[in-house]
Amino acid sequence: MINIAGHHRILSHDTINKIATLILWASAVITISFLVYIIGYIIIRGIGVINISFLLDSPRMSGAEGGIFNAIVGTLCLVAIALITAVPIGVGAAIFLIEYATDNPVTRVITFGVECLAGIPSIVIGLFGYAFFVVYLGLGFSILSGGLSLMFMILPWTVRASEEAIKTVSMELKEGSLALGATKWQTIVQIVIPGALPGITTGVILGTGKAIGETAVIMYTAGSSLLLPHSIFDPVRALPYHLYILVSEGISEDMAYGSAVVLLVMILIINLMAIGIQKMCNKRMK
Amino acid sequence: MKNNERIIESFLFLSAITALVIVSMILLFLLKEGGPFLLRTGISDFCLGMNWHPDPVAGEPAYGIFPMIVGSIYIATGSLIFALPLGVSCAVFLVEVAPLWVQSVIRRGIELLVGIPSVVLGFFGLVLLVPLIREYFGGYGFSILAGSIILGIMALPHIISISADAIAAVPNAHKEASYALGATRWHTIWNVTLPSAKSGIIAAVILGMGNSIGETMAVLMVAGNSTVLPEPIIDILDPVMTMTANIVIGMNYATGEYQEALFATGIILFLMIVILNGVSYHMLRSGKIIQ
Repeated sequence: MINIAGHHRILSHDTINKIATLILWASAVITISFLVYIIGYIIIRGIGVINISFLLDSPRMSGAEGGIFNAIVGTLCLVAIALITAVPIGVGAAIFLIEYATDNPVTRVITFGVECLAGIPSIVIGLFGYAFFVVYLGLGFSILSGGLSLMFMILPWTVRASEEAIKTVSMELKEGSLALGATKWQTIVQIVIPGALPGITTGVILGTGKAIGETAVIMYTAGSSLLLPHSIFDPVRALPYHLYILVSEGISEDMAYGSAVVLLVMILIINLMAIGIQKMCNKRMK
Repeated sequence: MKNNERIIESFLFLSAITALVIVSMILLFLLKEGGPFLLRTGISDFCLGMNWHPDPVAGEPAYGIFPMIVGSIYIATGSLIFALPLGVSCAVFLVEVAPLWVQSVIRRGIELLVGIPSVVLGFFGLVLLVPLIREYFGGYGFSILAGSIILGIMALPHIISISADAIAAVPNAHKEASYALGATRWHTIWNVTLPSAKSGIIAAVILGMGNSIGETMAVLMVAGNSTVLPEPIIDILDPVMTMTANIVIGMNYATGEYQEALFATGIILFLMIVILNGVSYHMLRSGKIIQ
């Protein structure tokens, strides 16, 4: 394209360069406007529904009246179980991959396992959670079944984020610690983990965002009960699933907008927290 | 002390193989629940069958998911046609053109876009996009087109970040040589940078394809969930059902053989995605874009 134009001198190289730069700028502006438009559209239509009683009342009449408190509690319980299990395993896996393992067939298979898990569709993980936790282990629709299935979803995120964070810890610090006679594990606990903590935290926070919005995994593992749970063996309905039911069963569009706003605000807060931590650490580094 | 370290090391090793164990267990349980059904029906009859009548009340049940395989591939391809040009040019912009502050705005934006729950995007598609399509293009509104656009928006951040990594991995010396020969910035991007980043971008496309095929909630809410093929086959305003939507809808009330058929759908889905991801992972590794 460029060559043809160049030979015929219809457009000079300089003009083409300017047009191309303009197109590149436009593509970035379009991408960001999608984001702003989607978030703005939902917030403007849903903000009127939000008030204290919407957030703190239990749903009545399948969610057509009342609030979304029970669904918020459901989401928080599920995410808590997922994080409690995913973080130690994910960080442990990352430490092993970076500090202990060398590049050999075993680690390559391990890394491929992580990549594979990251690619498995959420509904397939949901199917597995249903067959394994709900039916095979007899846990029924419960916070435990849903939370552990959700853990499978965010584990790859945690591993990757922790790997990236651990890689940034400087070699000199580690070698200094080893030279002073510290064992490998002492070095990891006192040098590597503190150094990698900001990166790990940021990754975990973004993973939390992913877990909050996930629906297909928890539909057939956590159940759809609108009652408040008393233990981790009780079923709950998570907020995104509540939103889906409100829409698909035509229960209430207003309530659906309200739930969508709450979900979006949760995600926004989580992203701001991640940005805040990054900023704080950059300052500390300087 | 030495003993403690050994215990810790084995804990770390166990953590590391957890993901692999989970993946194997997922495959095992899918095969346990859906495998016998798949062998009984025959893989080709199941994948190429045109009819899906799982309800035994309405006569002899038929389990053919061909229309859904077509639906999934249609929508995934459509999402890429939409996301690829925009995503790649955004990635080029990010790496080669954008001033620092714009770069950080875009990176934050991408992180946020990844975070938007798919059910919220599906809801957005349902209340805005579907009525728009119905009004301006006709049809039901619930369509391949609506699914492709929504999934395209979801695929954008992934396409951008992988392509950006691929573009950033092009050695500076190549670009500088091009500038030294008097090429403009665009000339250099088009003739040097993009060709060298090609394998990374193709890997991003394959990965995006896998992600889109696996997407569930958003596509369930906007694609219309019709179990027959579009008529004519190229009509992008017709509704389709994807494999993922089939599982979600069916699991609500499926029992017995019907439920086995859904697990069998899961097996096909699993295989398609693992193959696509494996190819993409291999390309990224051999292109030294990831270690």
